[in-house]
Amino acid sequence: MTGESLIELEGITKTYGQGTAAFQALKGVDLSIAQGEFAAIMGASGSGKSTMMNILGCLDTPTSGTYRFKGVEVQAMSKDQRSLLRRRYLGFVFQGFNLLARTSALENVELPLLYRGEQKALRREAAMKALDLVGLGPWADHTPAELSGGQQQRVAIARALVTEPEVLLADEPTGNLDSERSIEIMELLSQLNRDGISILLVTHEAEMAAYAGTIVYFRDGLIERFERGHRNGARVTA
Amino acid sequence: MFGATLLLAMRQIRRHLLRSSLTTIGIIIGVAAVITMVTLGKGLTAQIQKQIASLGSDVLIAFPQETDQNRQPRPFKQDDVIAVRQQLAGVRSVAGEVNQNVQAFHNGQNWSSKVEGVSDAFMDARGIGMDQGRRFTPAEEEAGANVCIIGPKVLQEIFVAGISPLGEQVRLNDVSCTVIGVFASRAQGGNNQDDDNSVFMPLKNVQRRFTGADTIGYIVISYDPAYSSATIQQSLIDLLRERHHLQSGQPNDFNIIDSAALNDTVSSVVARLTMAVAAIAGISLLVGGVGIMNIMLVSVTERTREIGIRLAIGALAREVRLQFLTEAVVLCCFGGLIGIFLALGISFGLAKAIDVPFIFDPFVNALSFVFSAMMGIIFGYYPARRASRLDPIEALRHE
Repeated sequence: MTGESLIELEGITKTYGQGTAAFQALKGVDLSIAQGEFAAIMGASGSGKSTMMNILGCLDTPTSGTYRFKGVEVQAMSKDQRSLLRRRYLGFVFQGFNLLARTSALENVELPLLYRGEQKALRREAAMKALDLVGLGPWADHTPAELSGGQQQRVAIARALVTEPEVLLADEPTGNLDSERSIEIMELLSQLNRDGISILLVTHEAEMAAYAGTIVYFRDGLIERFERGHRNGARVTA
Repeated sequence: MFGATLLLAMRQIRRHLLRSSLTTIGIIIGVAAVITMVTLGKGLTAQIQKQIASLGSDVLIAFPQETDQNRQPRPFKQDDVIAVRQQLAGVRSVAGEVNQNVQAFHNGQNWSSKVEGVSDAFMDARGIGMDQGRRFTPAEEEAGANVCIIGPKVLQEIFVAGISPLGEQVRLNDVSCTVIGVFASRAQGGNNQDDDNSVFMPLKNVQRRFTGADTIGYIVISYDPAYSSATIQQSLIDLLRERHHLQSGQPNDFNIIDSAALNDTVSSVVARLTMAVAAIAGISLLVGGVGIMNIMLVSVTERTREIGIRLAIGALAREVRLQFLTEAVVLCCFGGLIGIFLALGISFGLAKAIDVPFIFDPFVNALSFVFSAMMGIIFGYYPARRASRLDPIEALRHE
């Protein structure tokens, strides 16, 4: 299930602001995540978990330290290089769904393929496949406003999956959903992980983190402890 | 990818149809104003050229001109005409003219017109043809007979339609004369109706009965095109200076108009005027461009979250920039296209209203369209760059 090291962090720090107003959100994080792992990052707000997620998702760069993604150092990359990396290897699921309004579910899912330069027919086909996978095939023509929260999050997951990424980063994906929908989403993520996609989940809810093979607890910008889950038998080294 | 970007831009514009339309009005008015001005300028130039051509080609006109405020210019007399005819090489015909506004009466009708004292040579020099009747005989010119040749406008206004006016009497102020002919319309340019609203009488008669002086208003000279205009002009100047006893160093107390040179001068003046007015109209295009920039900035702010999503899923900065730039350019192109059609209507209507020919210039229309597209690039660039430089994390957090 798990393979070689996908993500390696060494001494990652992140400081916002300068001088006396400076705030250190991460104070030196070492972390290694293997291919195929389902890891949850837990912590209270202000623990640094969101900053960690942004850095892991190549949306942000660390102030210092080394971040290797598939062996390549990300912190030295340009903005556009990081965009290309996200485009090819990463899929995002956000708490607020972040779908394009007044745009059909199908077109939302097609969007990443558009930036990949895929032909229209191929985009359609792949997007429909992804929507079917999350069980929303019949809703392809609906706009986000016409879908429930759970359905919107499924569309977002389909959008993240459509490029067949290696890692799916989910930032509080169940934060806006009731418990029943939350369980559905978590089951879906678990299924995807079993199918081979590495998943990084940020959450503050223990029930959600319990789906992960590994739980990383953050506190005050540092990793407090690791906990190996039992569902997937995933492995983490630090 | 570009096709998709274009489609997306169209969709965005349609989504905010009212806003897009209002924004585009600036560009529409700008493009329409520029094209209308240039089109009218072209029409005006063409018309003026036609009117100047109606002076006749290879024609010089000499008229008195003051040299300074204290000295009246010395008017020309019939002697000058004779001297030019006899002493100047290359002259085909030369004639003097003097005119005065008069009231013309006939059959109980009354019409404001103009009496022109002319000669048979004048008709030759100015290239005026005859519609009916005959021209003056030398005997009539010599005697200053009470005969006249009426213009087509006078004919139309106070004579009975369809019945020959020849032999009828027409009274100009207190002077009665017999109509011996009707000259052909001189109006070749469109609205110079005044030239047709005129009554020709022998020069001597007009001097005696109307102006009360033996002076003439101007001398018209038609010359052999084998001679250059400059040569003829120079010898004319020399001759007139001599006859006016001007010392060297004293300025000419007359002026000479050359129809060809006049044509060039007027055309270039109108062309420059057109450019100036078009440039002023261009300012409204600039204002329209600022409007586009403004609405694009609003759009970028409104769609910050969308930009964040696009960046997060891997859009490159230049792809986001292209998206917004395309939107601005499409907006401007729509404006340009509508502006062109608007200009077509306005300039056609205005040309009709001010009686100049309507001349459609595809080059100016194409240029204006390209220019409006360029406005999209120039004024869309800053908002597009701003969109592309957003931080994805910040953008995603934007409410």
